[in-house]
Amino acid sequence: MKILYLARLREALGQAEEQVAPPASVTTVAQLLDWLRQRGGAYAEELAENKRFRVAVNHTVAQPDTIVSAQDEVAIFPPVTGG
Amino acid sequence: MTTIRIQTADFDLSTELANIRKDNPRIGAVASFVGVVRDLNDGSSVSGMTLEHYPGMTEKALADIATEASSRWEVLGCTIIHRVGPLKPLDQIVLVIVASGHRGDAFAACEFIMDFLKTQAPFWKKEATPDGDRWVEARDSDDAAAARWTR
Repeated sequence: MKILYLARLREALGQAEEQVAPPASVTTVAQLLDWLRQRGGAYAEELAENKRFRVAVNHTVAQPDTIVSAQDEVAIFPPVTGG
Repeated sequence: MTTIRIQTADFDLSTELANIRKDNPRIGAVASFVGVVRDLNDGSSVSGMTLEHYPGMTEKALADIATEASSRWEVLGCTIIHRVGPLKPLDQIVLVIVASGHRGDAFAACEFIMDFLKTQAPFWKKEATPDGDRWVEARDSDDAAAARWTR
């Protein structure tokens, strides 16, 4: 699974993208976020429940119960500010 | 006909207006919106900004917004152009044009597209201020503007 971090989150986490192989028990966006938070540090801080960020799976905005699998491209980013 | 472009280059309103109207005598109204970089935001002077986006998702998000507008109003043509990269005050950022049979649909669809672009399309602004660079925070007023269209 590929995870992209965009804009402010890319800077806060210190990387633009990574390949991850979460355990089989991780099947939803909410579970993936829990798994990333377990790394602690900036991941626990930036992806905390009270932080405002969005997740997209394969270029579509996702919800906590959206299914994720090994071939997916997941993006995590701050609320958008274009226009 | 829908035209969506993400580009670093500037755009020309007259050219885009001519393109959307070309050879279509059913069009009776064309509404357009141009967003421009200001030199002030949240109380700080802004000397410039950098716009970043999520290639792949951006085009899809804008196409989805245009499709939704077409399902609500008569849209005979739609152009959305958004610039990315470094921009400075006075620069044009975004262009939305909607062509329709009559003005009501053109005005409404144009405003709808801008409201959803601001809250759904994956663009982010980083401003240069005297205190250093800062990421622009999302505004609740933009969410409220988009929520007006909920049905």
